[in-house]
Amino acid sequence: MLTLEFMPYDEIAQLSSNKRISKLLRIVKENKILLLEGRLKKEEEAELIKRTMEEIDEDFKGIELGVIFPGEKESDMLKKLKANMVNLLLGDRRGFTIIGPATVVKEIKQDPNKIQLFTNSKFKS
Amino acid sequence: MITIMQKLFKRFFTDLFKKRKNLKMGLYGPPNGGKTTLANKICVDWLGEEMGSVSNVAHETREIQIKEQVIIKSNGKELAFNLVDTPGIATKIDYEEFLKVGIKEKEAKARAREATKGVIDSIKWLDDMDVVIIVLDSTKDPYTQVNITIVGNLQARDIPVLLVANKIDLRKSDIKKIQSAFPQYEVVGISAKQGNNMDDFYESLFKLTR
Repeated sequence: MLTLEFMPYDEIAQLSSNKRISKLLRIVKENKILLLEGRLKKEEEAELIKRTMEEIDEDFKGIELGVIFPGEKESDMLKKLKANMVNLLLGDRRGFTIIGPATVVKEIKQDPNKIQLFTNSKFKS
Repeated sequence: MITIMQKLFKRFFTDLFKKRKNLKMGLYGPPNGGKTTLANKICVDWLGEEMGSVSNVAHETREIQIKEQVIIKSNGKELAFNLVDTPGIATKIDYEEFLKVGIKEKEAKARAREATKGVIDSIKWLDDMDVVIIVLDSTKDPYTQVNITIVGNLQARDIPVLLVANKIDLRKSDIKKIQSAFPQYEVVGISAKQGNNMDDFYESLFKLTR
C-alpha cells in the first residue's frame, strides 16, 4: 500500500534547515511519499541530498526528489521582486516538493508545470 | 542585503586572488554524463596524459580527482587552471544495481559506500570552485531535480557555469532540450569520447573565465 503524506509549509516554517531536513527524511524513511507545500532553499536541497547519502544502508537506498514550480518563468520584474521579498520573509510556499523513498518511487519525471511519479513495481509494504 | 554584501566581498577577493593562483575548474553533473571522459580529453590534449578511469557502470569516479596546472591555449591566449573531476551527484545509490552488471556482492556494497561518500564530497567541494562545467548526457532528459539543484546551488553561490551537452555523436542526442531547460547558460555540444567540437568548448572556457 502506498502512503502519501501532505505537509503544509507551516510545519517546517519555523524550523532550522537542519531540523527541516531531519523531519522530511524521517517521514520518507517510513516508506511514505511526502508532498510538501512550497520548496526548500537551494542550499537545503543540496543538504538534503548530502544527508540522504549519509543515511543510505541496505534498507534505505536513497530518495527521488521533484519540485514543481509553476511561477518559475515569471517575466514581470515587479511581480518577481514582490515574490522574492515574500519568500525572504515567509519562506517559499509556491509550488510543491515531492520526496519519496527510492525503494517505493522509481522515477519522478518533471517539467516546469507537470510532475509524473512512477512507483517501483517490486515495492511491498 | 547581507547576502549581496557577502557576494560582493567574495567576488572582490576572488578577483584579487584569481590573478595570483590557478582557477579551480570543477566538472559536475549526474553519474555517467561523461565528466571523466571530458577530463581525460582535456588532459590528453594539453598534458599528454589521462586523468582517471572511465566505464559504462555508474559511479566509476568515487573520489575527487585533481589535475594541477592545466594550461590551454587558443588564438594567442593562455588559460591556467586546476581541473577538479567530481563524482556524479545522485539522490539514490543501490548496491543491487552493481550486481546486475556482474560485480560481486561484497565489492558492490563497498562501491555503493564509496559512491555515497563521493556524492557528499562533490557537494562539499561546490564552495571551493571558481568556475564549473556541468557535463550532461545529451541523450537523456536534462530536466531532473539533481541537475536543477546543481544549477541552483551554483547560481546561489555566484559561480560562473558552462553547460556541456556531451555525447553529441549519438543518434538520440538533443542539445535543444538542454538549452530550453537552462536558457540562462551557454550550452556547448561536444563528444568528449570522439573529440568532436572541442575547439568551441575551449573557446567557451576562455569566455567563461574572462
